[in-house]
Amino acid sequence: MVEQMDLTMVNWARAQFAMTAMYHWVFVPLTLGLSFLIAFYESIYVKTGNEQWKRIAKFWMTLFGINFAIGVATGIILEFEFGTNWSNYSWMVGDIFGAPLAVEGIVAFFLEATFFAVMFFGWERVSKKFHLFSTWMVAVGSNLSALWILVANGWMQFPTGMIFNPDTARFEMQNFWAVLFSPVAISKFTHTTSSGFLYASLFVITISSWYLLKGKHVQMARKSILVAAVFGLLSSGYVVFTGDEAAYNDAHRQPMKLAAFEGLWEGQKGAGLVAAGIANPSKQLNDDKPPFLFEIRIPGMLSLMANRTPGSFVPGIKDLVYGNEAENIKGVEEKMRRGKLAVEQLALYKKAKREGATPTAESALARFDQNKAYLGFGYLQSPEEAVPPVSTVFYAFHIMVILGGFFLLLFLLFLVFALKNSLAQQKWLLFLGAISVFLGFMAGQCGWIVAEVGRQPWAIQNLLPVSVARSNLTAGAVQTTFFMFLTIFTILLVAEIGIMLRQIKIGPEGE
Amino acid sequence: MFGNLDLSVLQKLWWIIDSLVGSLFLFLTFVQGGQTLLWQLGKTPVEKSLMINSLGRKWELTFTTLVLFGGALLAAFPKFYATSFGGAYWVWILILFTFVIQAVSYEFRKKPGNLLGEKVYEVFLFINGSVGILLIGAAVGTFFTGSNFSLNEYNLVSWTNPLRGLEAAFSLFNLSLGLFLVFNARILGGMYLVNNIDFTGYADFEARTRKWVLINLLCALPFLLYVLISLVVMDGFGVDPATGVVSLVSGKYLSNLLAMPLVLILLLLGLILVIWGVISTAFTARRNGIWFGGVGTVLVGLVVFFIASFNHTAFYPSKAYLQSSLTIHNASSSHYTLTAMTYVALFVPLVLAYIAYVWRLMDTQKISAAEVTGKEADEMY
Ligand code: HEM
Repeated sequence: MVEQMDLTMVNWARAQFAMTAMYHWVFVPLTLGLSFLIAFYESIYVKTGNEQWKRIAKFWMTLFGINFAIGVATGIILEFEFGTNWSNYSWMVGDIFGAPLAVEGIVAFFLEATFFAVMFFGWERVSKKFHLFSTWMVAVGSNLSALWILVANGWMQFPTGMIFNPDTARFEMQNFWAVLFSPVAISKFTHTTSSGFLYASLFVITISSWYLLKGKHVQMARKSILVAAVFGLLSSGYVVFTGDEAAYNDAHRQPMKLAAFEGLWEGQKGAGLVAAGIANPSKQLNDDKPPFLFEIRIPGMLSLMANRTPGSFVPGIKDLVYGNEAENIKGVEEKMRRGKLAVEQLALYKKAKREGATPTAESALARFDQNKAYLGFGYLQSPEEAVPPVSTVFYAFHIMVILGGFFLLLFLLFLVFALKNSLAQQKWLLFLGAISVFLGFMAGQCGWIVAEVGRQPWAIQNLLPVSVARSNLTAGAVQTTFFMFLTIFTILLVAEIGIMLRQIKIGPEGE
Repeated sequence: MFGNLDLSVLQKLWWIIDSLVGSLFLFLTFVQGGQTLLWQLGKTPVEKSLMINSLGRKWELTFTTLVLFGGALLAAFPKFYATSFGGAYWVWILILFTFVIQAVSYEFRKKPGNLLGEKVYEVFLFINGSVGILLIGAAVGTFFTGSNFSLNEYNLVSWTNPLRGLEAAFSLFNLSLGLFLVFNARILGGMYLVNNIDFTGYADFEARTRKWVLINLLCALPFLLYVLISLVVMDGFGVDPATGVVSLVSGKYLSNLLAMPLVLILLLLGLILVIWGVISTAFTARRNGIWFGGVGTVLVGLVVFFIASFNHTAFYPSKAYLQSSLTIHNASSSHYTLTAMTYVALFVPLVLAYIAYVWRLMDTQKISAAEVTGKEADEMY
């Protein structure tokens, strides 16, 4: 398998996936959160009978619809890119993802698609209550639709509930519940969906702040903000909580990712957390240069975050690459040796089986089983390859976390002033509010960079590197489709922004 | 309960489920068909608006069914998913592309500030309805005509034709199947519109819509006949049940039909239903042709999927390396996964029930000119 590797194709395929995912993540988190906000506004309308809440719900619904379409368009490409660009991966994991995908397809997709039409066109056709029910179903459906893909992503970061079948050369599911309720899957789902709620709350606050600054649609803007600030505040608290959970998971299942996003080169007992810093750009794995040009450190905090015990040992990048006997950590070189054994024995097993040499096949299989936990390492060329781009994930992580703290404060202030009814006077706050959605966008993109760049070189942690996960395609083919999709997505994005801005300018009807 | 079923039973069951999803998708392509009729039928802005809004309330259902179809294939037959998508690259990419441009078109077409202008989004819809469906048909055609790939011991696919799947569109059989699907979608599209629009005051529009249902049937017939006759006479890809060896068997698909009389009945019944749907739409004042056409399409779709796979047939054959061909038995997920999925599938009746309920609720009141031009007009597509 390895001889056929064409690295440039892999890189184009990675770029294509990253590009599609990043575009997708402009729109989807908004869908996740805005659907709930609309459901809140409409619930208040149904409860109070006040027509203004209906106009508010309808206004945000218009923006929701524009956004939704393009989320769908980018999503379908992601689903099928697994097959087109990563067919080996698709084959190897198809058996694992089958069941969660069935849940999602059957339980979630159709909720969203069916009730969407009622939500938009059913005002005059169905009862008030049924309409409200439909709006809620869209919210539930769209969030449930995020489930399988996040379960799948969680499984790639922490493969569990499965066994490798040497005859079919793929992973096969053994325990559905272990896959669905893996701690990584849960923290993925909760952190990601709640970050969407947060982002959507910022979206509402941004547009409403702009209205208040302009002195337009004042009533509607204030009401919108009130609900969004409460939702945003709750969501940001939850985002921080689940983010901490994610970091704890990383410490135990993907320690290299944690070491990278913390810029921790040398392992330490009682390791400190870098609150902010400038990474040393010339730092290499095998030198003794200081990792930071400047840093602010909270003593002992990283150990606490990683192990829930102050003073505990957190392995650094060097420990993970070169091994650390005292802490009982195997180095990558050792894992590569065992991985290569696994690859060889698998090939030997297959050959022996084909030739009917049963004893050889059995002994090869036994040796394969001893080493299969390191299978993916067998495809690495050098131990250094196991290190992800450190400064990229370091900055991404820190931007995300700092913004997380900022949002918490921002929602709190908006809530306080909204309750005091003096928002219109707080020009500085409204100004911050008016740009906040861009920061929310940045935080979400940074999150995915941490999660995905931070786990390189793995498509499936420790088992399958991206270079082996790919399809058998030329770089040129993938390059062509890369630009094809880049062009169309960019055109659609520009169109969407144009339409949104126009709708925002028009504002809610009758306000 | 399902855990006790044999693997081969589960494989058949999931092939039936996947076939059903695929066939329902073919029925729901009335949306795509309707999109290609936009200029032919909609002579005034109001007529166009009626069409777009009528179709616009269903496009997501079709789209979601397609997504589910892809997902269900990955889930139940991952080797097919990996082989076909990774191998027949360009066909799938082009099909997807036509669905990407569809997804935004309803929402963006009329909105101010949409960058490309109304016309372009209408062209997008047309491309989706024509090229998209044609290529889907060509891809399904390869179930019978075969593709050019080999699989190695690790099940990695190598495609041996540089066109990477586009070659499918150069076979007369595949092309005919594709064109038949395009015209069938247009038949269904017309019948759906007849069912869904309140034509009061638009008698011309109604007459035109009904007339085109018939014309599209006449256009579809030659392609259908070509496909059917070819199927009867062509060689097929048979699998020896004892050894699993794949070979070309003459008259394979005909013998499949004869060996499974129920499938033969489904085929005849399906065709009769479609034709009755058309006749009743074109020659009577009835509005329910779509249901006959829809059920008929589903039945014919099932037949296509069944004769390609059952009775020891390779459903995704490789004509380059016969032994790489995929059958429902060598391409499926494991027993455990198929069992787990079968439990999930118990929800399907519930899903179908609420879709039907909402459909009725929304469609008992037909879309009227008053609605698309009235005070809520700016909320319309
Ligand atoms: C303030 C505290 C936060 C902490 C401690 C935190 C922690 C984390 C960690 C450790 C990951 C990587 C998970 C993995 O291993 O794959 C992650 C991912 C992510 N974060 Fe955060 N995060 C925080 C705030 C935020 C905020 C404010 C947003 C966006 C509004 C956000 C959005 C995301 C997203 C979208 C991902 C990728 C999906 C995932 O892996 O769950 N996070 N976060």
